[in-house]
Amino acid sequence: MKRRDFVKIFGLATGGLLLGCNVSADKVVVNTLEDGISFVPNLFIQLQKDGTVTIVVARSEMGQGIRTSMASAIAEDLEADWKYVTVQQATGDAKFGNQNTDGSRSIRTLLKPMRKMGAMARSILEQAAAKKWNIAASDCKAENHFVVNNTTGEKVFFGDLVEEAKTIAIPSDENIILKDKKDFKYIGKKVVRGIDMEDFLHGKANYGLDARLPNMKFAAIARSPVTFGSVKSFDTSEATEITGVEQVVQLDRLIPPAGQFFGMLGGVAVIANNTWSAFQGKNNLNVEWESGINESYDTEKFKEKLISRIHNKAKVVPPFKGSIEKAFKNADKVIEATYTMPHLAHAPMEVPNALAWVHDGQCDVWAPVQDPQTVQAEIAHFFGFAIEDITINVMMLGGAFGRKSKSDFVVEAVALSQKIKAPVQVVWTREDDIQHSFYHAQNAQYLKGSLDEKGKVTGWLHRVAFPSITSSFKPMSNYIAGFELGMGFTNNPYEIENIQIENAKAESHLRIGWLRSVSNIISGFGVNSFVDELAIASGKDAIEFRLDLLGKDKVSTAASPHPFNVARLKNVLIEAKKLSNWERKLPEGHGMGVAIHYSFYSYVATVVEVSVKSEKVKVENIYSVLDCGMYVNRDAVINQMEGAAIFGMSLTMFGKISTKNGAVEQSNFHDYQMTRMIDAPNIHVHLVDNDEDPTGVGEPGVPPVSAAITNAIFNASGKRVRSLPLSDHGMV
Amino acid sequence: MQTLTINGQDYQVNAPESMPLLWAIRDLIGLTGTKFGCGVAQCGACSIMIDGTVVRSCSTMVSQGVGKNITTIEGTSDSLIALRQAWRDNSVPQCGYCQSGQLISAAELLDTNENPTDDDIDNAMSGNICRCGTYVRIKKAIKEAVELKKQV
Repeated sequence: MKRRDFVKIFGLATGGLLLGCNVSADKVVVNTLEDGISFVPNLFIQLQKDGTVTIVVARSEMGQGIRTSMASAIAEDLEADWKYVTVQQATGDAKFGNQNTDGSRSIRTLLKPMRKMGAMARSILEQAAAKKWNIAASDCKAENHFVVNNTTGEKVFFGDLVEEAKTIAIPSDENIILKDKKDFKYIGKKVVRGIDMEDFLHGKANYGLDARLPNMKFAAIARSPVTFGSVKSFDTSEATEITGVEQVVQLDRLIPPAGQFFGMLGGVAVIANNTWSAFQGKNNLNVEWESGINESYDTEKFKEKLISRIHNKAKVVPPFKGSIEKAFKNADKVIEATYTMPHLAHAPMEVPNALAWVHDGQCDVWAPVQDPQTVQAEIAHFFGFAIEDITINVMMLGGAFGRKSKSDFVVEAVALSQKIKAPVQVVWTREDDIQHSFYHAQNAQYLKGSLDEKGKVTGWLHRVAFPSITSSFKPMSNYIAGFELGMGFTNNPYEIENIQIENAKAESHLRIGWLRSVSNIISGFGVNSFVDELAIASGKDAIEFRLDLLGKDKVSTAASPHPFNVARLKNVLIEAKKLSNWERKLPEGHGMGVAIHYSFYSYVATVVEVSVKSEKVKVENIYSVLDCGMYVNRDAVINQMEGAAIFGMSLTMFGKISTKNGAVEQSNFHDYQMTRMIDAPNIHVHLVDNDEDPTGVGEPGVPPVSAAITNAIFNASGKRVRSLPLSDHGMV
Repeated sequence: MQTLTINGQDYQVNAPESMPLLWAIRDLIGLTGTKFGCGVAQCGACSIMIDGTVVRSCSTMVSQGVGKNITTIEGTSDSLIALRQAWRDNSVPQCGYCQSGQLISAAELLDTNENPTDDDIDNAMSGNICRCGTYVRIKKAIKEAVELKKQV
């Protein structure tokens, strides 16, 4: 059985050419038509006679630049001229393979198949030109949207090869040759203008909130201030007085089955003929809520509870190494510290929203979603549609940061459209977004370490407690999941003889979710703060101490698609030392701090320079070094690192969601603040160039930022900040 | 019925009393480039210009726009042309959502200040939140746009 045909050539109604390729994760899945297996391509390139190349992108665009990166990776090996390249956003469909845009994985898993697809198309065009000129394909070479006859120098335009290409047999694997790195025009370069740039600059990009249908309605929903509370009674008289309000509809909570989906909170929905009237109607509702089980949730009290738990022995989790008891007993010095961070909300600039239209036995959705196939499956589950009758049109995402992986807002829109039998767009207010999120978990960490008389670390105890993301899928999940502990707790990079990791109980009283970098934010703060405290106790330079503690160069033998290589972590630290000019003399009141973190298979070191004047902190400079292996769009990667620095700064300076009597206290950007331009530091980014496999970019820049800032504050002022945010200490 | 003049074109709207301009522009007129971010003039995503002055359209009544010249991101001006070029050259946007408001705020700055200092830029732009964190690029692009505008 021949198993090498992974591309099929289709004719297009427009006379163009469509290449369909089936890829799954980072490998090419081979389906031959002779097998009788139906060929379901999930990566497409269209070539039109006018030369237009259209690439179907099946990942969501939320600012990471994936539409541009995917298109440029294909364009590279296709030898396409960027000016002819366009993209088409895929709808949610299992045929596209994994579409979940999450975990910093798109380029990591798709770069190879995308390049191979481009090379395949190039080979077909070269063969088509060879046929046209009646010469050997080896005498033809694709160059910037033309195929050149190597002997005569004659050129033929890609678009003029469409007809000929349809007759070309699928090239065999040995004829698919990827370009040499030295010939790259797009990959690793900054030459490509973002595919959506002109739309961004003219207000033409279509975000979820911009979706429009004739005669559509707009809805705003009042939800219980206490998570999972329910409607006791409501009075609509003042709401329906608002001009534009058409009806008021109660929505029951939809509880997802254990282990999957998100459901929706339920509440009272005001339907209007414009967004403003819906908002006003919602504000005018008088709803009496039954608060339910989370009524007594108070984050200040919960913080004390978590601290008392981590100050006692908790559940020991693997890996076990040596004996911390012995290490602590024989130590020259023992250091201990407790760190806490509050809940956080994603607060993407575009609030959660979805337009749904249930009609004629089908369900059409237009929404900014990170994971359209889960949305589809969730709608099928709750509303009984067949998967093929559900269309998820993935709109542009005005930021997401993990919030738009959760499809609760789409479920609300579908439920409403089904009830009112009209297309309806559910729009969350900013208050809704801040008060009904899937929150990053409030957390507490206790670290205890021992040093011998030479200042070498001999023992490390790390106890952590935070409500797990698992609790959103399985109630009563009161311990941190393995995947969360694997983000910087159990995979501590340091070479220490005696290590013990413990996990203390933490119940959830809000919906818990993942937020850019997830629990790496927690470990990044705890581990990097504590290593700094150990370095100071040992009297050594913060960077030298870390380099020493990372131990000998070695590559992890643990099963992993990209094994951890400690030499790469040391390298980013050394590069950050150079980039920040670490040993320079600082102005009065200034200090520098450093942090390193390995996440999403990438290596980051961050140095921060702060100034502290009258107890107020100003972040002056952030220096970040990233080793993410091979990268596609150099400038987009740098932009992500700059953004990660600001994201990390926002949560360090201001990030705090608190509750009283079960209800979130913050409501909008005045009390859930973001870093603004006036506080933005200079940001310096260095990318390590190597030929390693591509790894994560969107998230890895965030985790080191908090501790680099608080370590710098200590360096500047001698004040050790162990609980975030800084605004709680009057330092901003 | 009210008449709103947006980017030189007249639009008839029948806006409910108390409706802010943002929703008249987005929901009634259908120009969706102006964005909703917070509803309380805290984030700047909804920035527009009325007779050359930036306002947060989420907190400005329709009546305040009647009989005035409104500029939205769909419009153009010498400053916007220079800013767009600098935005391209610096690959400023990430998700792009706040950039309509950023460009409008920057346009007012360039319209009114030929040589803005760093402090002028910070002050003009700090009402606009970018959750993606593109501030460094926005600032650099504004400085380049100042120079581009002088060359025209």
